Amino acid sequence: MIHSLFLINSSGDIFLEKHWKSVVSRSVCDYFFEAQERATEAENVPPVIPTPHHYLLSVYRHKIFFVAVIQTEVPPLFVIEFLHRVVDTFQDYFGVCSEPVIKDNVVVVYEVLEEMLDNGFPLATESNILKELIKPPTILRTVVNTITGSTNVGDQLPTGQLSVVPWRRTGVKYTNNEAYFDVIEEIDAIIDKSGSTITAEIQGVIDACVKLTGMPDLTLSFMNPRLLDDVSFHPCVRFKRWESERILSFIPPDGNFRLLSYHVSAQNLVAIPVYVKHSISFRGSNSLGRFEITVGPKQTMGKTIEGVTVLSQMPRGVLNMSLTPSQGTHTFDPVTKMLSWDVGKINPQKLPSLKGTMSLQAGASKPDENPTINLQFKIQQLAISGLKVNRLDMYGEKYKPFKGIKYMTKAGKFQVRT
Amino acid sequence: MTDSKYFTTTKKGEIFELKAELNSDKKEKKKEAVKKVIASMTVGKDVSALFPDVVNCMQTDNLELKKLVYLYLMNYAKSQPDMAIMAVNTFVKDCEDPNPLIRALAVRTMGCIRVDKITEYLCEPLRKCLKDEDPYVRKTAAVCVAKLHDINAQLVEDQGFLDTLKDLISDSNPMVVANAVAALSEIAESHPSSNLLDLNPQSINKLLTALNECTEWGQIFILDCLANYTPKDDREAQSICERVTPRLSHANSAVVLSAVKVLMKFMEMLSKDLDYYGTLLKKLAPPLVTLLSAEPELQYVALRNINLIVQKRPEILKHEMKVFFVKYNDPIYVKLEKLDIMIRLASQANIAQVLAELKEYATEVDVDFVRKAVRAIGRCAIKVEQSAERCVSTLLDLIQTKVNYVVQEAIVVIKDIFRKYPNKYESVIATLCENLDSLDEPEARAAMIWIVGEYAERIDNADELLESFLEGFHDESTQVQLQLLTAIVKLFLKKPTETQELVQQVLSLATQDSDNPDLRDRGYIYWRLLSTDPVAAKEVVLAEKPLISEETDLIEPTLLDELICYIGTLASVYHKPPSAFVEGGRGVVHKSLPPRTASNESTESPETAPAGAPTGEQPDVIPTQGDLLGDLLNLDLGPPVSGPPLTTSSVQMGAVDLLGGGLDSLMGDEPEGIGDTNFGAPPPAAPARVGAPIGSGLSDLFDLTSGVGTLSGSYVPPKAVWLPAMKAKGLEISGTFTRQVGSISMDLQLTNKALQVMTDFAIQFNRNSFGLAPAAPLQVHAPLSPNQTVEISLPLNTVGSVMKMDPLNNLQVAVKNNIDIFYFSTLYPLHILFVEDGKMDRQMFLATWKDIPNENEAQFQIRDCSLNAEAVSTKLQSSNIFTIAKRNVEGQDMLYQSLKLTNGIWVLAELRIQPGNPSFMDLELSLKCRAPEVSQHVYQAYETILKN
Repeated sequence: MIHSLFLINSSGDIFLEKHWKSVVSRSVCDYFFEAQERATEAENVPPVIPTPHHYLLSVYRHKIFFVAVIQTEVPPLFVIEFLHRVVDTFQDYFGVCSEPVIKDNVVVVYEVLEEMLDNGFPLATESNILKELIKPPTILRTVVNTITGSTNVGDQLPTGQLSVVPWRRTGVKYTNNEAYFDVIEEIDAIIDKSGSTITAEIQGVIDACVKLTGMPDLTLSFMNPRLLDDVSFHPCVRFKRWESERILSFIPPDGNFRLLSYHVSAQNLVAIPVYVKHSISFRGSNSLGRFEITVGPKQTMGKTIEGVTVLSQMPRGVLNMSLTPSQGTHTFDPVTKMLSWDVGKINPQKLPSLKGTMSLQAGASKPDENPTINLQFKIQQLAISGLKVNRLDMYGEKYKPFKGIKYMTKAGKFQVRT
Repeated sequence: MTDSKYFTTTKKGEIFELKAELNSDKKEKKKEAVKKVIASMTVGKDVSALFPDVVNCMQTDNLELKKLVYLYLMNYAKSQPDMAIMAVNTFVKDCEDPNPLIRALAVRTMGCIRVDKITEYLCEPLRKCLKDEDPYVRKTAAVCVAKLHDINAQLVEDQGFLDTLKDLISDSNPMVVANAVAALSEIAESHPSSNLLDLNPQSINKLLTALNECTEWGQIFILDCLANYTPKDDREAQSICERVTPRLSHANSAVVLSAVKVLMKFMEMLSKDLDYYGTLLKKLAPPLVTLLSAEPELQYVALRNINLIVQKRPEILKHEMKVFFVKYNDPIYVKLEKLDIMIRLASQANIAQVLAELKEYATEVDVDFVRKAVRAIGRCAIKVEQSAERCVSTLLDLIQTKVNYVVQEAIVVIKDIFRKYPNKYESVIATLCENLDSLDEPEARAAMIWIVGEYAERIDNADELLESFLEGFHDESTQVQLQLLTAIVKLFLKKPTETQELVQQVLSLATQDSDNPDLRDRGYIYWRLLSTDPVAAKEVVLAEKPLISEETDLIEPTLLDELICYIGTLASVYHKPPSAFVEGGRGVVHKSLPPRTASNESTESPETAPAGAPTGEQPDVIPTQGDLLGDLLNLDLGPPVSGPPLTTSSVQMGAVDLLGGGLDSLMGDEPEGIGDTNFGAPPPAAPARVGAPIGSGLSDLFDLTSGVGTLSGSYVPPKAVWLPAMKAKGLEISGTFTRQVGSISMDLQLTNKALQVMTDFAIQFNRNSFGLAPAAPLQVHAPLSPNQTVEISLPLNTVGSVMKMDPLNNLQVAVKNNIDIFYFSTLYPLHILFVEDGKMDRQMFLATWKDIPNENEAQFQIRDCSLNAEAVSTKLQSSNIFTIAKRNVEGQDMLYQSLKLTNGIWVLAELRIQPGNPSFMDLELSLKCRAPEVSQHVYQAYETILKN
């Protein structure tokens, strides 16, 4: 099982270590540092590194490496999933997960880690339960604790810990009972030079914020559940019911949680809401290249596309760019060669464009790589897959809750090749 | 107020100040001080000097303070064992606390203090906690048993904690079950032989129930444990699969992958015709695709596993090619894995898309990725014939880019394409030659030289090109040197007039100036060949090369099957079995996929079970290799039967092949000698007796003349696996023994489960009780290519050297092929040794019967025989057990029979046939023989003959 955990910042300092079994010397991280040096970028450090006596499994998030040390044959996905859970928990506790924040809350971090694993076995990883065991620090609580001498460690066994619904605590009370569901879809796509789609898929999630008194039992049904043939559920969802009736039936956790995530990959179902017209030429006179891109709406079901950003890594041979946008602002970093253009909203009547010239390194041959354009955008009130919630019902409690559903479509890894 | 304040120190003695604060009267100050200590500890500062002071704070009602002190204790108890004893009392007291949280905390912490003296005190509280009324305490205690086992395994066994832990698998609370399984699995890992997780249908049912209700982590442990179970038949396998499939929709990817493992393994048992089999295949695809939308680290592990899955069952993901397309901002380790899978999934249907993608990738920035992409294009060409042309033109486009490493990679793969499709794409050679100067990597240089040598007749200036390489001969790597030598010899054989000087130069460079033995030897061989018989040299050096195989980089099937059992583990990430890398040589049990068994068959008729299954019947008589080696090494393994030459290696290039093939003929193995014109054709030999018993046509004739009215030969037991592929580097041998009209033979079935071609088979027996020995060498005429099976009948005689074996009919065999020598042992049925002239004269029989002392008589029972006296007699006669007389005494038939063994031992038998239940007879057999040790085996022969 998981032996130890080291937190390492991007400059290679170990700023926290925790051992669940015997102590493993931090010199084991030298193997990690070697791998880190070999990788050109932090993202490229391989997640599994063998050493003579241990294995190092790591995840890289928020510019911190979370490195777990294991000694025996342990499912690596289990370790990596757990590490991500640790990061999520820190974020949940402290709002952000960063080196200074972890250092500021080192004792809470230590206590939380101790609760999450016992002898390398996961103990409590549900944030609901953890928060009952160890209260997250807030300014108010710190003040109260100093005055009353009380602590931020709960002395009651968390109720959820052993019940059949471990994700929900008992005795929840709200004056305003409300349940919000956000259907968020991200489009991952690769568009080729000529504008045709090479691959496109939708990663969708339904995130919920449920603040309901007591033990409500909810059912959520869809207009077109057939879209959801590849789904992953929160443990609260009754799988049998879904299999037989295609209805989500569940006792929700308290607060924010991800109800389900799904994946739509059938090409014909994925509408591409934007297009990019580009003309990039490196073969100009006097070491000048021409650059022009235009962004326009495609299949948007009548909704506006907002928050559009264009990012492109230009080839090394590009020294500088002199461009004029028809709207928004743009920057080009001559060191990293990163072009970014913050477009904003797309007005279908007046398409935003960015054009101008590039100054190229004199004498250098035409770059052998073409820049790829990375697009970000948002569309409110639309789930691009067409998924629609039919109705939400509540059983088991008497009151009438306030219900809300919101849809949103975003770009995930949306790439246009040029 | 943040914790960072704990790091700020005053100049003078930090430890000293902390000490004072720890001993303060004020609770609040104490707690703050402990926090400071913990904070120092977390960043690796040594605060062990404060041990007594911190332990003093343990006796408190404040839970937070208690926890903090516990944290400290766990870290430093090891270095201060004597002081740690001070804490024991508090622990024992806390284990009885009314608050379950405190009880659990105490037992949990105690287990983490790795001090021997403390563990003694831990036993009693732990025993109580394992039976605690509160499940939270029980589940914590379960883990504690694993901790204790890690510190002192003997103690855990002596105290009977393992049994208590096993009982917890039946606990009413799913979380407790999951933790018990996890703890047992961890303990079992250090005790591979102990049968800790003894799974039976009842316990499996309990686990499946708990699976639905426990936490995600518990589900992983339970699924991994389920994967070790082997269902008794396909029905049970299916019902487990049905209950595991819902896990495929879990949000935790580790749960998903563990479920995939269970399904992949149990699917092996399901019949492919089953509807459910198809359903299951369909259900496996979406979760695997979903894993690819997770974080990159998870993707990486998933991809490594998918790589195994697509090799085992390509049908699962054959329509999902697009999800493996590379995004330009994927981490490099994800990109490389995706590329690998893309090639595995490439087929005629999707090759156009794949090629377009690969071409795109070849223009990216990352060198490793680009190289692999170029190589992938070559692999596509070899795999999908229809695409070869497109691939070649894509590669040529890439060569035009003149990017150094792209050109080199392209040339390496083009060489393979030439091998696969000879005389098709040679027109591109000119383009390749233009890039000669830019090649600086040995592999690319060697590939280019090979091309020049192979197609020397089409390249006008081949001699100039090769000569230019020759200038720096000694600075080249061995690979290039060898290749250059071969290429120039090829060139000489094709254009002898202009290149004499060149060939002499390279031969002298290789033989006189080089200190590399390989190079020198190859040089000498060429030299000798060229000087003695240039025609033969041409035959050898320019012989036709075998085609290279379609798929490259496949994992050996036996290893793949083993790895499928390890899906989701480190083994699956490294594509190596755990035995190859798990630390400390802890005995790792080899896992294998369950054989496919149908429920209705296996229970009723054991004979129809697959040949591989009943290995358990064989007594364990396989000697260790060491014992055998002494004997077998003295024996000459027979002359290698020379199959067609040029087969040693299909992946490496021509030169290596030449050596293999050339050597055979050089050594004068064949009588025709060097320069024989039909060199390369299979050597003349007896016709292959594949499958059919020796001269079955002849048997009729023999039977007629001998006057024995039986047409069929003696009973032939079904083939059994004698040498599993796992033990013989991919060679699987199964076989049986037959006796047909006076000759004994061993019918062998050789299956090649490795990835390389097998040749040069030979067989040898160790000395045995009856002097059995091969009467002819093992003749495998064609090389055995992967996945091919060949049946051979090996004639045996009984004139070999004799040594009494135990058991008597044990036979130790050594089989050799081009890979290695393998040993196995088997038991032969005695009736193959019963000779045809075993019929004794009546008078003689009576005399002999009386003559043999009574203590040599042995009695046996054969129950439930469905034959009557007449049928018994006929049946036995076909196996050379002859009935001399027949009597009917009080309604029972008595048969008097005789048989003779190859070594002249007579066995006399009296067979009493008494009707048992209506349709079956009970036979009573009395055997008399001067060598009573054979009686047991004769009886077994009787039984096998009569019951089949």
